[in-house]
Parts: sequence; C-alpha cells; structure tokens
Amino acid sequence: MISAPDLLRALRPLHVWVGPTGHVRQVGKSFAKLGIDDPTGQRFLEVFEVQRPKKPSKMADLRGLAGQVVRLRVRSEPGLGLRGLLIEDQTDGVILDLSFGMAVVDAVQRYGLTAQDFAPSDLVMELLFLQEAKSSAMAASFSLNSRLNGARLAAETEALTDGLTGLHNRRGLDGALERLGQSDTEYAILQMDLDRFKQVNDTLGHGVGDAVLKRVAGVLRAHTRQDDLLVRAGGDEFVIVCPGLTDTARLNALAGGLIRDISEPLVIEGQDVAIGASIGIAVSQTAARRDPKTTVTFADIALYAAKRSGRGQHLFWSPDMGNSLVELDLPVPTSRGA
Amino acid sequence: MHGLIFRTLEAFISDTFGPENWTRVVVLSDLPVTGFEAMLQYDGDYFPQLLSAAAHVLDRPESVILEDIGTYLITHQNHASVRRLMRFGGETFSELLHSLDDLPGRTRLAVSGLDLPQVEVRQPAAGSFTIFCRGKPAGFGHVLVGLLRAMADDYGTLALLDHRGQRDGAEVIEVTVVEAAFADDRGFSLAEVAIAEGA
Repeated sequence: MISAPDLLRALRPLHVWVGPTGHVRQVGKSFAKLGIDDPTGQRFLEVFEVQRPKKPSKMADLRGLAGQVVRLRVRSEPGLGLRGLLIEDQTDGVILDLSFGMAVVDAVQRYGLTAQDFAPSDLVMELLFLQEAKSSAMAASFSLNSRLNGARLAAETEALTDGLTGLHNRRGLDGALERLGQSDTEYAILQMDLDRFKQVNDTLGHGVGDAVLKRVAGVLRAHTRQDDLLVRAGGDEFVIVCPGLTDTARLNALAGGLIRDISEPLVIEGQDVAIGASIGIAVSQTAARRDPKTTVTFADIALYAAKRSGRGQHLFWSPDMGNSLVELDLPVPTSRGA
Repeated sequence: MHGLIFRTLEAFISDTFGPENWTRVVVLSDLPVTGFEAMLQYDGDYFPQLLSAAAHVLDRPESVILEDIGTYLITHQNHASVRRLMRFGGETFSELLHSLDDLPGRTRLAVSGLDLPQVEVRQPAAGSFTIFCRGKPAGFGHVLVGLLRAMADDYGTLALLDHRGQRDGAEVIEVTVVEAAFADDRGFSLAEVAIAEGA
C-alpha cells in the first residue's frame, strides 16, 4: 500500500503537511509555482496566515481547527488566498488540502499555472474553459447589443426628424414640450406659417417647393440659438421653441429677422420665388397656465391674428385675442395639429 | 439553429472570398435575410439553402466548403478563442481526439443552445482513431475533419484524416496519427490572455 506522504504527493498538488512542532514537513508540487521558497522545515504559521474561521497563534490552535474549512493566505504573496480542509494526521500533526477557489482564474494568469498544476480529477480545467468561453460569448453578445443600440438610436433620431429639412418633426416637438412642462424653465413659442407657399408649390412644382422649405430651415438655423428647438410641424408650418427666452424686445428682433430673411426674393431653378411668413408668439409667463400645450395654442391664436391683420407680420398673444381657436371668427383649419 | 453557425459561414465566405461573394450567396439562396447575428436563432432550413448557394457561387463541393470552415475556425485570427477552447481538450493531439466525446457537451457549456452532433471516438489500434458523428447539422463531420487537421498542425502532429462518408446513420472519420512530435507545437498556456471576437 502506498504511504500517506506519497499518496498526498501523487494526488494533491496543493497540500501542506505540518508536523507536531508546527513545522512544514511536506508540500504539494504546485507551491513551487507560487513564487515562494520551499517552505519545508519552516514554521507553518510564519509562511501562512490562517484568517478564518479563527486565527491560530500556535500549533495547538491549528490542531483545534481540525475537520474545518479554513481560509488562509501566503504571507509572501498577500494577494493569494487559499482555502481547504484541515485534518489531523493522528501523530499530532495536521494536513491541509488546499485549492484556489474562485481565485483560480487570477492565479492561473499570475503564476502561469498549467494543467499539471492541478489534480486531474479537479474541475478547474472545466472552470477555466467555461470562463474563456463565457468571455467570448459575452464579447459577441456585447457587440450585438451595441450594434442594435446604434440602430435603435438612428431609428429614434429618424422618427423625431423631418426628412426633408432635418428639423424636428411634430413627434420631436411633443417630446420637447413634455420635458418643458416638467421643468421650471420659462420659454417662448413661435408659430410660423409661410405666406404664398401653396401658390409656389402649385405653380412651380414640388421640387421648387422643397427647395424653399430647405432654405427656410436654413434661415431658422441662422437666426436661432443652439438650445432652441426648430420644428417643421407639417406642410409649411414651423414651430420654434426658445427655452429661457422671454424678453419681448429680443423676440421681436427674432421674429422680425425671420420674416425679413424669408421674404427675400429668390431664384430657384431659374424661377422667381417670392414667399413671406407670419408669426404668432406666446410666452410661457403670460400663459394662463404653464401647460406647454396651452402656450402652443396661444401662439397659434396670435398667428391667426397676425395673418388677419395682413401678412408678413408677427404678433404676441394677448388676453383680448381669446383663449381658444374656436373663439376666433376664423374657421379652424383641419390640417392644424395633424 | 444557432446564429453562430450562420455567422461562421458568413465570416468564412466574407473573409476568404470577399463580402461581394457572400452577398451573391445570400441573393442566390433567396432567403429573407441579408446577414446573420451570432446571438440570435434562425430557421434551420436556411443552412442547406445557403450551403448549396455557396457551392454554386464558389464553384466547389459543399464538403470542401465545410472542411475549409473547420480549418478557418482554428487558423483565422478573428477566432483565436476557438483554437484555445479546443486546446483545453488535451495536452497532445491524441488526448484531444479522446476528449471529442465531450465536444458537444463542452460546446453547450460555452454557448447554451448551440447543439452539435453526438460524437463517439474509438481507438481500434494505437495511433488509429475512428470518429462517428450522429445528428444535425448534417455535414458536421466535414467541418470536424478541417478543424482536426488544423489542430494536428497546431500540436505539431503529423496525422492523416479522412471522411469516409455515412455508415449506419453516422458520419465516419478515420484518423491516423503518424508522428506525434513531427513539427513544433504552437503551444498553449492557460495564462495566455486571448481576447478574441466570439466567432
């Protein structure tokens, strides 16, 4: 029958056999890889620090841990934790059968361990295999997720953008109004309709009409600030939301500048094009309620008032204009708000 | 069928013959897709259609394409992780052959839902192995031949591999290990950090 020390040597690459005096009598072959000098003959407690379940200070304490799972570390390699079973050898010494536990992945990297450093019956190779396989599968999964996320962001942006002008569309406006409604920011809303756009579209064709709309978008971009939201709400209707801008003089200048530049005569595809614009303005402070939808309605009312008083004008909403479109003596166009 | 299988076919054809040939394969196969994702499931019927289209576009037998896919998986830089995972099978090429019984299990452990045929290995004489593959996907035996041929090179082992066709519902592969240490072993260290794209 094989002797106990030979049996340990053959089967357990990470065992420690401690004699009755507390000195190491034998260690498994894998300790040589861990960057520690052969501990044979040294005091066990000087080479290893037992951390759990109790810290023994002498050999008798160590024997007291027999039958228990202990956690310990190598003093010269403080980052290296080991755990295992401690048993008595029945000659007043103890035997510890150790393993790396979950730290095995790090230990393999750090000490360049190979399959021979582990007992063949140990599942450590399966664990390492699984770890590598999992990393590869996760990498593939992450790459799929990031591609899907990119596609989602692109689709979201597209869903909120007007394809022709690159301005926001009505869905983008609704989202922005919702966010404004939840904040304390004061803001102004400008509703703008182009004048004589329908004639341009009908007589000069959609190509010219599209070019006009793109040019109007350019004018809007040139006159507004980075934070302003520019919306093509449909057809020839535009909305500008100006967070933090409620000053009447500045809004006057903005609306006046927009109307002036949009009304500049131009030549598109060899055709003379003359359009104009009317603007209604409502400021959140003057709105009866803070609800952005109400402010939009007030800007709408002001726009109709501006159109009624002659085109190419801008007007601020005022209480005498009324609170709802149906109070005006104008028919409510069905296209609005579509 | 697992997206990894489709993705492997796509990557093999794109990397080896150019993306334009993959596009021709997809168009010819008349499938309602333009590309495949590794981590999605697809209809298993797509695979034979794609393979037959690939054989037409690349003007070579399906078995050759499958075998080349096996070799490609082991040798191409983009799939270094496959080679490493195979090297976990054993210290020598013969040990690797003995571990092939575990291949479907290991594969499932790596990627749940990726089902491979049942593999059975016999060693009728020293240096002589017979491998049986039973189940879907059909033609996996050819992939295994290419894969093992590349692995033999990896271990520096001179081995002869031959796909013997079907016998009793199983694909049969015969392997003869001529010389275990014929050339340099490319080596395998557990500690080597190999972060590679997951096929």
